[in-house]
Formats: sequence, C-alpha cells, structure tokens
Amino acid sequence: MSVKVAFDHDSPSPCGRGLGGGGPARVGSDGSWLPPTQPCAPTACAHCGLPAPSGRRFCCPGCAAAFETIQGLGLGRYYQQRLLDPVLRPPRPESAERWDLSRSIDTKPDGTCELSLAIDGLQCGACVWLIESVLAREPAVLTGRVNMTSRRLKLIWRGKAEDAGGLVGRIEALGYRLVPFDASALAAAQDSTGRALVRALAVAGFAAGNVMLISIGIWAGEAAGWLDSMGPATRDLLHWFSALIALPAIAYAGMPFFRSAVAALRHAHTNMDVPISVGVILVTSLSLVENIAGARHTYYDSAITLLFFLLIGRVLDHRARGQSRATAEQLLTLRGTDVAVLRADGSTERRAQQAVQPGDWILVAPGERVGADGVVERGASSLDASLVTGESLPVAAGPGTAVFAGTINQGGPLTVRATATGGATLLAECVRLIEAAEARRSRFVVLADRVARRYAPAVHLTALLTFLGWYFGLLAPLEQSLLTACAVLIITCPCALALAVPAVQVIATSRLFRSGVLLKSATALERLAEVDTVVFDKTGTLTEPVLTFRRDGVDAESLRIAASLAANSRHPLARSLAAAAGRVAPAGSVTEHPGQGISAGATRLGSRSFCDCAGPADATGPELWLVRPGHDPVRFAFDETPRQDAAHTIAALRAMGLSVRLLSGDHAAAVSRIAAALGIQDWRGGASPMDKVAAVEALAAAGHRVLMVGDGLNDGPCLAAAHVSASPATAADVSQTVADVVFQGALLAPVADVLRTARLARRVMRQNLTLSIGYNVLAVPFAVAGYVTPWLAAAAMSGSSLLVISNSFRARGGGQR
Amino acid sequence: MNVILYLLAASLVLGGGGLVFFLWSLRSGQYEDLEGSANRILFDDQDG
Repeated sequence: MSVKVAFDHDSPSPCGRGLGGGGPARVGSDGSWLPPTQPCAPTACAHCGLPAPSGRRFCCPGCAAAFETIQGLGLGRYYQQRLLDPVLRPPRPESAERWDLSRSIDTKPDGTCELSLAIDGLQCGACVWLIESVLAREPAVLTGRVNMTSRRLKLIWRGKAEDAGGLVGRIEALGYRLVPFDASALAAAQDSTGRALVRALAVAGFAAGNVMLISIGIWAGEAAGWLDSMGPATRDLLHWFSALIALPAIAYAGMPFFRSAVAALRHAHTNMDVPISVGVILVTSLSLVENIAGARHTYYDSAITLLFFLLIGRVLDHRARGQSRATAEQLLTLRGTDVAVLRADGSTERRAQQAVQPGDWILVAPGERVGADGVVERGASSLDASLVTGESLPVAAGPGTAVFAGTINQGGPLTVRATATGGATLLAECVRLIEAAEARRSRFVVLADRVARRYAPAVHLTALLTFLGWYFGLLAPLEQSLLTACAVLIITCPCALALAVPAVQVIATSRLFRSGVLLKSATALERLAEVDTVVFDKTGTLTEPVLTFRRDGVDAESLRIAASLAANSRHPLARSLAAAAGRVAPAGSVTEHPGQGISAGATRLGSRSFCDCAGPADATGPELWLVRPGHDPVRFAFDETPRQDAAHTIAALRAMGLSVRLLSGDHAAAVSRIAAALGIQDWRGGASPMDKVAAVEALAAAGHRVLMVGDGLNDGPCLAAAHVSASPATAADVSQTVADVVFQGALLAPVADVLRTARLARRVMRQNLTLSIGYNVLAVPFAVAGYVTPWLAAAAMSGSSLLVISNSFRARGGGQR
Repeated sequence: MNVILYLLAASLVLGGGGLVFFLWSLRSGQYEDLEGSANRILFDDQDG
C-alpha cells in the first residue's frame, strides 16, 4: 500500500518570497519572521519555528492553516510578541487524539457548560493572549480563561455539550494540545490547604506585629530610670490589649499545628508539631493566668511571633511540594484514549479503552495512538514506539507485526486485532511497575523529621526537670516553677529548627528553576545529596534526541537528490538528511511507502530491502539507501551523537566521586559505541524495562544510592525504583511524571549541577540545624536558671530565626564549581 | 494617658483593615495565577 504525498500547502518558491502561495495575503506589519534582507536564509516555519523544507514558509499544512486562521482573525500581533522557547514543544498542530470530552463536561442547569482542560505547548504570555482572543471571538463562549501558572484552560459556553469538540478543535488547530482534566478534585483540595496556610500566616503576621508593638511599650515602661516608668494599671491595660489580639489569633493561626499534632498523637507517634503545640498552648494559658493575676510578665508576644515564624516555614514547605504537581494527571489521561472498534457489519464505533475485548478488530488512523496490544491484520505503516520501548526510530509495521498500546501510528491506517487490552497491555504494566516502585520509595524519612524525633522528647524532658527542680529542689512557689519551665519551652521552641530545612529547599529549588531544572518532589534535594551512583539511559538521554547524518563517502550529487526526496517525508532519518543537505528544492510527485521509503519514478530512497540492494554486511546502525538508474546504490549512515557536553558532564560527575553506569534497551553494539565514546566502563545493552528495574534494585541492595537519568516510558519503572530520578524535558510524559527532577535544554550539565546544588543544600541544612540547636543549647541554662524575661525570649527567638534564614541564602551559590 | 486608648484603637482598626483587605484579595483569587497576571499587562487590548 502506498500513500500519495500531497504537499500542496504552499507552492515551492525558491527564495521563500512566495507569500501569496496558499497562505494568507496579509502578513504581519513588520514581517519580522521573514527578514527582507535575508530572503534565502534557512527557513524556519513561520508558525511553529521548526525547520521547514527550504524555500517554503511552513513545515506542514497544519502550520499553514494555523497561520491563516490567526491572520484571518486579525491576531497577527501574536507572531511579533511571542517568544518561542526552543526547549519547549513547538506550537505545531498535530493530528489530534480524539478524547471523549463528554465525561469531563459539567452541564449547568442554566444552559451553560463548563470544561477544564490541561494545555500542552503554552510558551509565553502571547500564547495566553492568543488562546483567549480566539475563544473570545466565538459567540457561544462566555468564559475562556487560561491560568498560566497551572497551565489550565477553563471554558464556559452556552449551548450543547457537543459543541466542546469544535471549540477544542479551534485551539488544537493553533498547535496546542488540550487534554480534558478530570482530577480537579485533587488539585482543589491541595489548593485549599495552601490557601488556608496563607490565611493563617496573614492573621499571625497581623497579630504578631501589633502585639510586639504593644510589648515594646511595656518593656520600655519596665526600664524605669531611663524613661518614665509605667504604672501597674497602664501595664495591665496593655497586657489585656495584647490578649485581645493574641488569643483569637493564636486559636486561628495555630490550627494547622494543633491538628497535625493531634493526628500524630492519635497514631501514637510524635512529630515537630507536638512540641510546638504544647509550647504555644502552655505559654498562652500561663500568660492568661498571669494577666488575670496582674503580674509583670506575659508571653503573648512570644507565642504569636513563634506561630508567625513557623507558618512562614510551613508556607515555604508547601510551595516547595506543590510545584508542577499537574504532570501527575497526564498519566491518567494517557490511559484514557478512545479506540475505534470495527463492528461485524463493517461500521466502526468509538469505545473507551477499557471496553475493548481481546479479539476485537480496531482501526488506528494515521497520527492516532494505538489503544491496545495486538497484531496487525491489514495495512502498512510505521509506528513511533518511543513512548514504550524508548527506541528513537519508527518501526515498520505490516500484517503480522505485534504492536503495543501507546505507540503512535505515523503512516497509513492500520487494522489491528487486539490481543491484550486495558490493564493487560505493556503500557499498563509499566504504569503498575511505576506505582509499585513509588510506593516503596515513599518511606524515605526527611532530615527534619529525623531531628524532630529526638528533639521533642529532649525538650519536654528538660522543661519537666526544670519544673521539678524548682518546685521540689528549690522549694519555689508553684507559679514561679511553672513560669520557669515555660520559659524553657519558649527558648527551646523549634522555630528556627522548623525554618532550617524549608528555607534552604525553597532557595535551592528556585535557583535550579531559573537554570531550567524543575524539582518535583520536596524530598528530592535530600535524596539527591545522598547519591553515589548515576545510571544513565542511552537513547535521548546521553545522546541527542535527533540522529545526525554521517557525511563520509557520499558525493554531493547523491546527497542533493536524496535530500530532495527526503524533504517530502516526516520520518526522522529523512528529516535529518534534508537538514544536513541544506537548501534543496523538494522533488515533486513522490510516493511515500510507509515504513519503507520514498520513491519518485525509478529513484528510491529508503531501507535496504526497499531499495533492493545488498550492501556491505558489516554496516550497522540506522541507514538509508538511495538507488538511481545507472548509478551504484549509495548508503547514508546515521549516528546517534552524544549530547554536546555528555563527556564533560560524566567527567564532572566522576570528579565528584560518583560512579557512572550506562543501562540501555538498545542493541549492545550501539550501547558499547556510545559507552566507549564517553568513557563509561560499566555498561549494559539489550535490557528490558524489567531488567532495568532489577539492575537498579540490585545496586540498591548492594548499598548504593542510585540516581537514574532516563527519558522513555520503558525507563519509567526504573526511574521510580531508583533512589532519585531525573528526566530531560524531551522525555515521554510518563517519565517526566515519575522523575523527581526534570531538566530542560540540550545539555546534560544540569545533572551535575543539580547534584552539586543538592550537596550544598544539604550542607546548609545541616549548618542551619546545628545553628538553631546550638542557639538553644546556649540559651537553655539561662532559662533553667530563671533569668529569661519576655524580651530576652523574643530576641533569642527572632535572632535565631533570622540567622537561619540568612544562612539559607548560601544555598544559592551552587552554580560555582 | 487617655490618649493611649485612642491610639490603641486606631492601630487595631488600621491593622485589621489591612488584614481584611489581604484576606479579601486572597479569596478573590488574585494569587492564583501570578505568572499569567505578570504577562497579561503586556497585552492590554482584551476587547476580543
């Protein structure tokens, strides 16, 4: 079977000047995307910015249509104002996967419908403006608002639920991918926790500021002799005012701690919130008793300031955890693709993936994802299996070929007989492995909790001993003994301790974020710092995602002819060849044979069998052949090239004392070549996803802490099994979901950078903990001896907190070597 | 020293006003999309 390639979206114009072509007559007023001074510059597609076949303005008909739509709506400003980030997915329209939207649509009684969608491909503010402007031009749409932080689109329209497909299609035609968003309940729950914390912080901040102001008045009044001394009546009034502000504020802002402490006690263990809650409640009640008795000292200010500082730590902690949680839900949507099932009478019906039975015949249209594992019955095509097997090259598929759910059909339509469906597919198996491995990993105990486990009993014991010592030992009155014990609790309250870790986390995380590294897990930094072994996947991780053409022994004429054929194909090898040849006019009237090659008359470009030539048998690796009448066949070889700085990064990792390994699913020959090129002695090829997990777990069993760096879905289980994991931003969605660290850009250096930052962060965290505990140890004797007055307690507490926060800023310096 | 009563009341009212205002802005979702808001001002013609 063959498909006629019809690239009629733009007339080939040698110098890219054919603006009339099939495209719009109107061009952005400044024409910035096509500088008139360089009409023959290598063309980037005017819409998506990817390389276009030379001489053309667009890389594909989809981009041409998107450009036309945008210009037609008068939104051409988009092209002038946008900033395309080369590391993100370009806005190239792809044949949309057909989602069943109806399940996610919320129909309101007043005749409006609501739908939430996750947007993939959002690049900058201009994208937000474009999407909102396009939706605003739809008369039925009431609200179309993009949230840039969470990358969601909220759509409300008047009319039928079925209209959703059209609206979503409008946006997808511009080059964005929209995925219906079901897991909104989870996101909402998480958001409300965050908001409750900020509200508590606001209340605590307000109360702390005001009470502290009043307290300064009281302390100034105490300092008789310098200033006019304060009478007891005024002092009592000010104390009552403090109580008026502090009591409700403490009751409200302390709730997060009280709740967590009660929950911990109910499960018969203790956490940092237990000493905090006990301290705050005891200090507040004692202050109230003292206040009623008209005593000189109350500690309202300490209690509320303490809560304020603790809440800062808590809010920072929550921020660090909440980053980019949305990716987790893409895993769910990946399983939810609908499948076209062929009925006995020849018609098709779309069914949810779970409803497909083994033995059903399913149709896979070009560009669609295969919905079940199965065997091809009819049709020929090439399949992009990168999501499942991690192989970078499409695999040819014809009758009899086994196909896997999750692969994408790149060529002609296929009819597949399902053999395994739903939970039995390889994709589902991978997802299960990931979940199992993640569950095992969640037992990691963070540094702060380990400290809290020992700290809390020690503090309570000291306070108790102080009370007993004063009451029974020194025979002091009950009130004085209690007050002294209370002062010990205030001085030792783990306020700086609670800030020590989250402050460093937030500072290190934001530093990494600026250099294109996203930390997804709150404990990732601590786990990264413990790593002693780095395991790399090969394809797409150590190597560039794109193959490069090896130029040796190919004459210019053959290259030119091959490139003119290749310019018509979307196959990665053909694209790489066309790009290497530079500016070549695409050949007309070519026929593409999916999974095999391209022909124009008697000239053929494609696989060895397609070109029917017996080349040297020793040649390995990806290749293309060109046959022409009257010429010898020409072989074009392609290499996987290591990322530009791969060797340098691996050397840097070794210099940090880490052992580096290579674990790949690719053929041993290809793996050994890359391993040799990068100087990795410890490598293994041909590993299945299960082999990889086994290898990583064997390392873990041998006492190693493994950082796994990989990108394919086949790496997913192994990423989850490793102590900590990283993925490049070009990785499959699933890998990014599992990975603790996602790094952007074409370089591998972020891997070394993130490890360096993590080690620095751990050092600063430990310093912070030492500082705050040291501070407490110094102050405790004074408290036990009864020398601590309210102002001393306040100063000690704020002082240690500020010290810890300023020290945390040192975690920013991770960039220097 | 009666003036202290007025001053205390005034400081409470001012501080409390700030608090209420902040809580209102939090409730009305102004901190939901900080990144988007920063970019939105660059595209001021939201006339559609």
